[in-house]
Amino acid sequence: MSKPKGWKDLPEGGLIKEAGNAEKYNTGAWRSDRPIWIKENCIQCMFCWVFCPDAAITVDKNGERGEFDYLHCKGCGICALECPSKVKSIVMMSEAEGAKPDALEKAKAAALKMAEEKKAVKA
Amino acid sequence: MKKVAMTGNVAVANAMRQINPDVCAAYPITPSTEIMQQFSTFVANGQVDTELVTVESEHSAMSACIGAAAAGGRVMNATSANGLALMWEMLYIAAGNRLPIVLSCVNRALSAPINIHCDHSDSMGARDSGWIQLYAENAQEAYDNTIQAVRIGEHPDLHLPVMSCMDGFIISHSIENLELLDDRQVGDFVGPYKGTAYPLLDLANPVTYGALHLQDYYIESRKQLHEAHKRAKNIVIEVGREYGKLSGRSYGLFETYKMDDAEIGIVALNSAAGTAKVVVDEFRAKGVKAGLLKPRLFRPFPYLEIADALKGLKALCVLDRADSFGAAGGPLFIEVRSALYDLPKRPVAINKIFGLGGRDLGLDDLRKVFEELVTLLDKGQAKSLYEYITVRE
Repeated sequence: MSKPKGWKDLPEGGLIKEAGNAEKYNTGAWRSDRPIWIKENCIQCMFCWVFCPDAAITVDKNGERGEFDYLHCKGCGICALECPSKVKSIVMMSEAEGAKPDALEKAKAAALKMAEEKKAVKA
Repeated sequence: MKKVAMTGNVAVANAMRQINPDVCAAYPITPSTEIMQQFSTFVANGQVDTELVTVESEHSAMSACIGAAAAGGRVMNATSANGLALMWEMLYIAAGNRLPIVLSCVNRALSAPINIHCDHSDSMGARDSGWIQLYAENAQEAYDNTIQAVRIGEHPDLHLPVMSCMDGFIISHSIENLELLDDRQVGDFVGPYKGTAYPLLDLANPVTYGALHLQDYYIESRKQLHEAHKRAKNIVIEVGREYGKLSGRSYGLFETYKMDDAEIGIVALNSAAGTAKVVVDEFRAKGVKAGLLKPRLFRPFPYLEIADALKGLKALCVLDRADSFGAAGGPLFIEVRSALYDLPKRPVAINKIFGLGGRDLGLDDLRKVFEELVTLLDKGQAKSLYEYITVRE
């Protein structure tokens, strides 16, 4: 971000004169839980994109879901809850665990475990 | 220009008719109800182009005013007492968003006990909300202040909401002689609305009002409001002078009455000042150098100018029609006494709380105050700094 404005330069009454500039504000900084996307499990249903209360699911030019926008994801977990694939393609981890290099491997294991548990309950 | 006999409320409603605002949002409360009641007749008769929004509470009334002002309209409203109290949250938002809404506050006591009559506890409680506050002695001043409030609030260097106050019932419901300007004169004086450069209805240039400011920006925004209030004083003087050329009635920051060589004096807002003038004349006739100062602009408080106007006094009494419970005096006294602090030679200053809930302030009450001030000329020390008058023991 650029240097914060002083009171003389700030628009009167704190008015925001530019549309759509929330993108410039790193609101993901206060996230305490992090969603991990497991691409190989993803069925591209776009439920996560629909349900995300922010705009933290990126979509490429072919209309396919990409990586999370971690600058704006607040870690609410709605995407992980709504993810319908048999083996979840989104798993929530603590921010500290999720930022580690082995996070994706741990997420895959957790997704499999959840799927097995669900199966066991049904059986 | 024509001479008419009207209540204070009808005079203000006529000022509003002549201003012809874009939007009024109204919710009735005594004693301000008659303003909007009269104004709604003008709307129904097609005498104004105003969109009159009838809402379900004063909180909603001020919210609608804020939305309409942000959208780019000239907006007016009226209320009293508990109605103003219910607007509380939105008053701060109107000021913080720098929206030049004009509100007629017909001063009435706050509950409890419930009371519909005059005191200043309503507007005094709102004194730190960021609104400009003007006070009027009579119906003529209430009419004149309403018209000037539009120009003051919308001034490009200010963009602030303005509260124009008059005494409930004493002025709002008494018929007085006054002069109305011609409709065209008022229309020309207020001119086209230019209260915001960024109306929400300018769809090609979308903006956001009321965005979140945390530790990073809030204090800068409040500092802007602080600086705007510092600029307001000169704008009030400038508008008052221009209005004087138009109407023959010039307005400044306050009125002084027989203060030039005065040794004792009273400081009082609104209708009490009219009563005090009579008693000043009586004491002058007896050879006592008595005077009066009636503040017109209370927010921002012109402390330097008021200190300068009071510096020649030996003793003065500030009359407050509101208490600030637990403070070192009523709201007006706190301001005046603080203003006097930097004078090299300060007059003795005392404070009387009077007239709460519409209790009458008679000539005898003020004679006693002036007599006490006369004794202070010799003694120099008051027996009580801050006390109630017009109260039964």
